[in-house]
Amino acid sequence: MTPEAAAPLVELEHLVKYFPIKAGLLVDRTVDHVHAVDDVTLTLARGETLGLVGESGCGKSTLCRTILRLEEPTEGSITFDGRDITHLGRSKMRPLRRAIQMIFQDPYASLNPRKRVGQIIGDPMRLHGVAGGAERRRAIQSLLERVGLSPEHYNRFPHEFSGGQRQRIGIARALALKPQLIVADEPVSALDVSIQAQIINLLKDLQSEMDLTYMFVAHDLGVVRHVSDRIAVMYLGKVVEVSPAEELYTSPHHPYTVALLSAIPIPDPKENAAREPLVLEGDVPSPIDPPPACRFHTRCPRATDICRRVEPPLVDYGNGHLAACHHPVNVEAQDIARAKIAPETPLSAGTEMPTLDRGLPDLEETIPAPRDEPAR
Amino acid sequence: MSAPLLSVSDLHVSFATEEGTVKAVDGVSFELDAGEILAIVGESGSGKSVTALTLMGLSRGPNAAIEGAVRLGDKDLVTASDDEMRRIRGERIAMVFQDPMTAMNPVYKVGDQIVEEIRAHEDTSKEDARRRAVEALRSVGIPNPERRYDNYPHEFSGGMRQRAMIALALALEPDVLIADEPTTALDVTIQAQILRLLEQLNQERGLAVILITHDLGVVAEVSDRSLVMYAGRVVEEGTLDDIFYDPQHPYTWGLLGSLTRLDRPRPRHLPSIPGAPPSLIAPPEGCHFRPRCPHEFAKCVKVPPLESRLAEHPDHCDRCWLEPEVKRERRVVEGRIGLVAGAE
Repeated sequence: MTPEAAAPLVELEHLVKYFPIKAGLLVDRTVDHVHAVDDVTLTLARGETLGLVGESGCGKSTLCRTILRLEEPTEGSITFDGRDITHLGRSKMRPLRRAIQMIFQDPYASLNPRKRVGQIIGDPMRLHGVAGGAERRRAIQSLLERVGLSPEHYNRFPHEFSGGQRQRIGIARALALKPQLIVADEPVSALDVSIQAQIINLLKDLQSEMDLTYMFVAHDLGVVRHVSDRIAVMYLGKVVEVSPAEELYTSPHHPYTVALLSAIPIPDPKENAAREPLVLEGDVPSPIDPPPACRFHTRCPRATDICRRVEPPLVDYGNGHLAACHHPVNVEAQDIARAKIAPETPLSAGTEMPTLDRGLPDLEETIPAPRDEPAR
Repeated sequence: MSAPLLSVSDLHVSFATEEGTVKAVDGVSFELDAGEILAIVGESGSGKSVTALTLMGLSRGPNAAIEGAVRLGDKDLVTASDDEMRRIRGERIAMVFQDPMTAMNPVYKVGDQIVEEIRAHEDTSKEDARRRAVEALRSVGIPNPERRYDNYPHEFSGGMRQRAMIALALALEPDVLIADEPTTALDVTIQAQILRLLEQLNQERGLAVILITHDLGVVAEVSDRSLVMYAGRVVEEGTLDDIFYDPQHPYTWGLLGSLTRLDRPRPRHLPSIPGAPPSLIAPPEGCHFRPRCPHEFAKCVKVPPLESRLAEHPDHCDRCWLEPEVKRERRVVEGRIGLVAGAE
């Protein structure tokens, strides 16, 4: 592998996005900020899928929009393909938009109802001067076929399609410019279960065929598992855990990750009855005035005094598994001894290493650990 | 055996539209016993929400045609007059909707909306109604109900708003609560809280709940019995054990097979159900699931399957023409229940 190919495709360094809250009758004063994304450092390797998971208001969508430069970052830097794009102007950004495409959550709102399918998919090509005339038409029809629609659909309108088919049109549009990176913001959340699997399988096939890198956003840990190589969990603007996908399910370190895993009902009555899920109390606090230090301490069953005083650093437990927690779970003394503070840690975090505390509630029993199918 | 609390028999609901008549509910029958949680599972367009709205008398309109019977005690909710329905709604049967953001009136205080409901049904003083509204808010786990009474819906979070919706539905202590996708719009950790609340209300008050959902995980977690609906028809009905461990209908196999399970190793390829649900204006003849079913045979085209019950399990019924022995054999795909193998 050449050094260039080994370098990550996207690097986010200490990325911050605050939205001002304005007040005042004559003069707009900024009275406060929504801390949407608060010091996030992440990388995306070429060809990998990074799952980004968190509940509403955790900043995952803002993070995506900032990577696409649809939002201006407040601080930090974004590097794409070795080039700093943090402050590129509109015209300099334009050629890069070919390389970064997005798939949206709502297939009903993301397609122009007055345009025909051929136009919807062809417009990116036209705007970027990629292909014209009969050549463009052929390219569009082969894209339609590739995403599981038929070339005859070229002249149809979006309302003639079901939700799953519309999402396929959205995918074809994202592929039209042969991008390197696709940011998929909850691409299957609005679809029926039986259709979700179809779209996920399509995205996976396309990835291996076209060398795509995905950023796949979801609000729970269910579907991301099936597409992701690595998963990052966000809570109130911060990354609380990053891990290789399977390891996150077998050995989550952050109590919030445990809560997310535990909250998903198991579609099996007996196994559901056999477990006592961890149900978090209360709501996600407001991102306008997030709790100090560890942002999860107000809902965490394992929170102690230090969690209210010091922001936990992102600690690297090896194998690319990072977690920001003073009292991690599924961790032994020797793991902590080997661990070190990761360079991805937020600038405001403390330097205290996590401690093992036997007296805290044990959360390991609350999650369904992946295991083989029992004999029927 | 005592009579069921609610019984629906051969319910048909269709709507006249410009494109043709949409047969949203096509011969649905079921019974609900006191104190039980019955789940109705299905995808969009399966008719589960229209069934619920019809039970509430909310699907009536100039272009709607409703046939069949819905008996709640001595009343038939299909033939009851609008005035009678107005009394029955809230007092006997109540509903919680999917989207707590739009289900409440944004310009009235949350507490006042509950008071309005109580006073519309009962001749009681404002003070008494207010006291009961505060109690209703407290009983669904809203902290500081006296203070929250004076909040407007936008001052509540999504989870709190859904709790307030439940308080509103239960203020007059109905016998039946219909919850239409009550957790779909909520975050997973909040969903867990709301499901726990429904379970608690069911156990403490003996409230009968019809839970409408597309999520088999939610079904497994809270319900006692379940109906699986597809394209306007009930394709399978049974206890949780029946549906999850001995499913008879290929659509149920497909649903179970396409679930993403966190407690299993991840498959290389997710099994899915090929194709898409049919149009309800011109549904396929015979079995509605036929065009997507790899097991269809000549009989499926001719006649819509009749209810078949297993001899050993009279409460477990399904609508599929395959023989039970054949089903047992065909539903196992790659060692687990499914409709098709993992590869598309």
